[in-house]
Amino acid sequence: MSIRILTLCLAMIVAVAGQVQAQQGPLRIEITEGVIEPLPFAVPSFQPESAEAGQLANDLARVVAQDLIGTGLFREIPASAFISTVSDFNAEVQYADWKAINAQALVTGAVNVSGSNLTVKFRLYDVFSGAELGDGLQFSGTTDGWRRMAHKVADAVYSRITGESGYFDSRVVYVSETGPKDARKKRLAIMDYDGANVQFLTDSSAIVLAPRFSPSGDRVLYTSYESGFPRIYVLDIGSVQRRVLESADGTMSFAPRFSPSGQTVVFSLTQGGNTDIYTMDINSGQSVRLTNTPSIETAPSFSPDGSKIVFESDRSGTQQLYVMPATGGEATRISFGQGRYGTPVWSPRGDLVAFTKQNAGRFHIGVMRLDGSEERLLTASFLDEGPTWAPNGRVIMFARETQGAGGSSTLYSVDISGRNLRPVPTPEGGSDPSWSPLQK
Amino acid sequence: MNRILTVPLLIATLGLAACTDPARFGADGTGAGAGSANALNGGIVPGSASDPTSPAYFQQTIGDRVLFAVDQSNLTPEGQITLDGQAQWLLSNPDYQAVIEGHADEQGTREYNVALGARRANAVREYMVSKGVPGSRMRVVSYGKERPIEICSDESCYAKNRRAVTVLAGGLTS
Repeated sequence: MSIRILTLCLAMIVAVAGQVQAQQGPLRIEITEGVIEPLPFAVPSFQPESAEAGQLANDLARVVAQDLIGTGLFREIPASAFISTVSDFNAEVQYADWKAINAQALVTGAVNVSGSNLTVKFRLYDVFSGAELGDGLQFSGTTDGWRRMAHKVADAVYSRITGESGYFDSRVVYVSETGPKDARKKRLAIMDYDGANVQFLTDSSAIVLAPRFSPSGDRVLYTSYESGFPRIYVLDIGSVQRRVLESADGTMSFAPRFSPSGQTVVFSLTQGGNTDIYTMDINSGQSVRLTNTPSIETAPSFSPDGSKIVFESDRSGTQQLYVMPATGGEATRISFGQGRYGTPVWSPRGDLVAFTKQNAGRFHIGVMRLDGSEERLLTASFLDEGPTWAPNGRVIMFARETQGAGGSSTLYSVDISGRNLRPVPTPEGGSDPSWSPLQK
Repeated sequence: MNRILTVPLLIATLGLAACTDPARFGADGTGAGAGSANALNGGIVPGSASDPTSPAYFQQTIGDRVLFAVDQSNLTPEGQITLDGQAQWLLSNPDYQAVIEGHADEQGTREYNVALGARRANAVREYMVSKGVPGSRMRVVSYGKERPIEICSDESCYAKNRRAVTVLAGGLTS
C-alpha cells in the first residue's frame, strides 16, 4: 500500500523559430455568472517518440481531455471529426484544418518512454488567432506518475484559457462506505481528484469520520472511534502510520483541521456534555481553549492566512456561522438567512466560505462572503453536506446521502456558480471528502 | 410497584436457594441450575429479564434508553421515570459500570450531531448523579448520527434514533 514518490521537473522549451508571437486575445473563458457556451477543443493522441510510448501517448491525451470536459467549460471535438492529424510535434500546425471543425483550442503533445522514465511535452494553440498560447512545456518523471503529468498539462491549458489556476493535479481523501444505514462500515480512502488510484488508508473495524489534508498534502487528520470514544488521529500518507492526539479521559475530540502552517490543529473537544473549540500544537501537544460557552461550538476552519477561524455555534439558539481571531476572542456572526448553517470551510482564495445549510427539510451546499453577504445556494437535496474546496477555489466537492432504508452516500462536485453538478466515481459509497492542495 | 413487592420475596427465596445451589452466586449467572431454581424461587430464571439483578432486567423491564425531541437534550417526564429505575438498579447492583451512549437522527450535519449526542448522554449522566449514582461509575460517549437503529427517513424512525442508551459493563456475570 505504499504511495509513489513522484519527481517532476519542469523545463521550458522555447517556441519553435518562425512561429508567431503568442497572444492572449480571443482564446479566453471568463468564468462568470452568465451562461457559458463550452469552448470546443481538440486533443489529438500525443506523438509517441519511442517504441514503448504508444499506449501512454494515447492515455495521456485522454486524461487531458477528460479533465477539461469535467470542468463543464470545454467541449471536445472528437477524433472522428479531424480533417488532418498531428504527425510531428514540432511541425507547423495546419490551422485551417482545425478552424474548419471549430476546434478553437488545440492541444498537441509528445511522449517519450525509456524504461520507467517518462517525458511529456505539450503545446497549446489558439486556432483562430493562428498562434501558440503560451510556451510549450516539458515534464519529466516516472511512468507510474503518468496521470499526474496529464493533469499538469490540463492544469496549464485550463489556467492559460481561464486565467484561473488549475486544480487537476490534486487528490481527495474521504470516507469510503458500505452497508445499510444501521450497519455502515467506514474506512479512510485516498484517490486522485478524478477517482483514479484509490487506496484505502484504514480498515473498517472502527468508525472513522471527516479526514482533512495537511497544507503540504502529506498528512491527514481524522476522527476515529477505535478507542471506543471519538479521538483525533494524524496519519502520514506515505507510511500509513498514525498516532493519536491525546485528550483527557472522559473527553471526546473530533472535527480537526490543520492551520495553514501545518503546525497547529484546531478541533472540537467535548467535556461534561459541552463542546468547545481548541487548538493544539501538533509537535508539543500543548492545547489552548478558544471558546468557552455552554453552547455547541464545532466544525472550525482556518482562513488561508491563518489569522482567523470560521466555525459553527448554536449560541443564538440554532446553528449559525461565526468568525473569530485564530487566538480566540470575540466571535462575529456571519450567517443571517432562514435556516441553520454548519460545516463552514474557508476557500483557499480567502474570499468565500462554503457551508451546509438546512431549511424547510432540505439540505443545501452554499457559499457566502466572509461578511455574510452574497449568500448563494449551489445544491438542494434530501441530505447534502460537508463541502471541501478545490485548490483553485472554483469547484466544491461534497457528499449526498439519499433518503430511506436503502439510502447511500455519493461524492459530488459542483462549480461555485452552481453549474456542472456531477458525481465523483468511487468504488463504494463516499462521504466527508477533503481536497488536497495542488501537488508540486 | 412490582419491584417493591418482589424484592422481599426474592430475598427469602434466595436465602433458601443458596443452601441448595451455591454456584448460582458465582460467575455463572446463566441459569445453570435453572430447573431447580425455577422450582425454588417462584419462576425467576437467573440472568433473564425476570431476574432483577440481571442486565436483561435492566434493559427490558426498566428500559435502557430514553428518547429526545428534535434538537433537544432535555429529559421528558417519561425519560425521568426510566432513569429513576436505572439509577435505582445501579445503586442496587454496585458491581456494574455504565457507558451512556448519546445518539442523534440523520437530520443534521455530522459534527453537530456528535455534539448533540454528547449533550444527551451527559443529561442522562447528570440526572443519575443527582439520584445518587457515583459519577465515577458512568462514562459518556456520543455516536452522533452514525449508529441509527431505525433506518427509514421519517419521524417514526427518527424519534427512535434520538436516544441515550445506558450500556452496562462489569458485574459478576460479564
